[in-house]
Amino acid sequence: MPKTIAEINEKIKKGEAVVVTAEEIIDLTEKKGIKKAAREVDVVTTGTFGPMCSSGIYFNFGHSKPRIKAQRVWLNNVPAYAGLAAVDIYLGATELREDDPANTVYPGAFSYGGGHVIEDLVRGKSIRLRVVAYGTDCYPRKELETLINIHDLNEAVLFNPRNVYQNYNVAVNLSNKIIYTYMGILQPKLGNATYCSAGQLSPLLNDPYYKTTGVGTRIFLGGGVGYVVWQGTQHNPCVVRTDKGLPKYPAATLAVLGDLKGMSPKWLRGVSMTGYGVSLAIGIGVPIPILNEEILSYTTVRDEEIYAQVVDYSKDYPEGRAKSLGEVNYGQLRSGKITIAHKEIPTSGLSSYARAREIAQLLKEWIIQGRFLLSEPVQPIPGPESSIKPKLLKEKG
Amino acid sequence: MDQTPIQKRRIVLTFPKETVNQPITYHLVKDYDLMINILRAKVSPEEEGKLVIELSGRARDIKKAITYLKDLGVSIQPLAQDIKWLEDRCTHCTACISICPSGALSVDRKEMFVSFDSEKCILCTLCIPACPFKAIEILL
Repeated sequence: MPKTIAEINEKIKKGEAVVVTAEEIIDLTEKKGIKKAAREVDVVTTGTFGPMCSSGIYFNFGHSKPRIKAQRVWLNNVPAYAGLAAVDIYLGATELREDDPANTVYPGAFSYGGGHVIEDLVRGKSIRLRVVAYGTDCYPRKELETLINIHDLNEAVLFNPRNVYQNYNVAVNLSNKIIYTYMGILQPKLGNATYCSAGQLSPLLNDPYYKTTGVGTRIFLGGGVGYVVWQGTQHNPCVVRTDKGLPKYPAATLAVLGDLKGMSPKWLRGVSMTGYGVSLAIGIGVPIPILNEEILSYTTVRDEEIYAQVVDYSKDYPEGRAKSLGEVNYGQLRSGKITIAHKEIPTSGLSSYARAREIAQLLKEWIIQGRFLLSEPVQPIPGPESSIKPKLLKEKG
Repeated sequence: MDQTPIQKRRIVLTFPKETVNQPITYHLVKDYDLMINILRAKVSPEEEGKLVIELSGRARDIKKAITYLKDLGVSIQPLAQDIKWLEDRCTHCTACISICPSGALSVDRKEMFVSFDSEKCILCTLCIPACPFKAIEILL
């Protein structure tokens, strides 16, 4: 018999909800069968922890006396965007330090940037804020330099336009020289392969048609509570799928938001990708309410059923050629070895499976303890019926 | 003929700037009959020098050579002391695993936790730029 989110929330409040992780549901369903498992289980929790570009924070640092209308802003010497209002700022995760040598000494170390400022802020460290302005009659001040702390800020909100990729490429290097990419260090001549998904624990691989995840879904975000606020940028739900509906290419994405003040530095970590730049690793967990048997059956997905494309990052990817060297599944990727072009090559993850498991477990505990209720999405995110096609840039003029 | 078995030892030598100009490795080979494999070196004039070496030779020769080095003011540490895996910074993402050539960094495939075995580390330092979280440090 189908359930509703309201009914599940009632059970959570009474401490009667049955909650299991996306790993635990696999064995449980194998033992009990889909019908019985769907009847007994109320929520399946997922998790993912990895570098997620297109992330950042906005905050309001409060008005000074005399007032200043920020024009240019730096946080620990990392530039942030001040073109929102007088003292509202957006800091992006991939912003480099003002004096970062970048790749002038190749490959650059990129030891500190936007992602690290966000981690430091959440850690409670003081951050040096520098502001310059042109001065107006109502905002006369032209310069300001001070230390700020997360507790002093009026609002501090994590707002990420694109997170939680539903599947991703596996990166390799066909060239004769080592390359440094956002997928990590790739050794020449298929020396290694890197991947970035939590596979069977990954939120959108457990809800492949976005039946329960939509605008307004409450989630675990960076160790605190957040919400899905829209589909993410580059949302691409119309890619080729397996018989079970699992995308075989990078597909859906989510835009997410949450109160930075409730988050933890364990789940928001600055990332330095040698030769590439900086980013932010984020922990996200999405609860899936088991409303019916179909929704349950999607959550029983195994690593061996999820396929990803192997892509050359020395030529094909940089030149924008959509070419796959083959398909591998996450069972193979997580075993440490895959075979491409008759060559056995070692694999590395960028997404931490151990941390993803920990998030699914934490979210499960929150729900069992009644600290986290499920929310009803207010609008679905576009699925395969949307006929969305990613647009390439047409250079004109 | 001497039948004493050959031993191997990996050590990190730190030598003060006044000894940088001396041909220490030459003396280790010539006077103590040791085979020297230099794994890593940082020697610049007017500064403290560092040398990571593997010594192969008879036990008593290695012992004498170490006394010779100590008498010169060279400090000696076993190799593992100079590389650090900072577990609290590690997120167990496994980015280092396909880069590490010796298996010193490895993954328990069931739990998916990374661990570091300093005995297997050859101090190649390839893992350092591969770690997005700066969880591996080398003091050299």
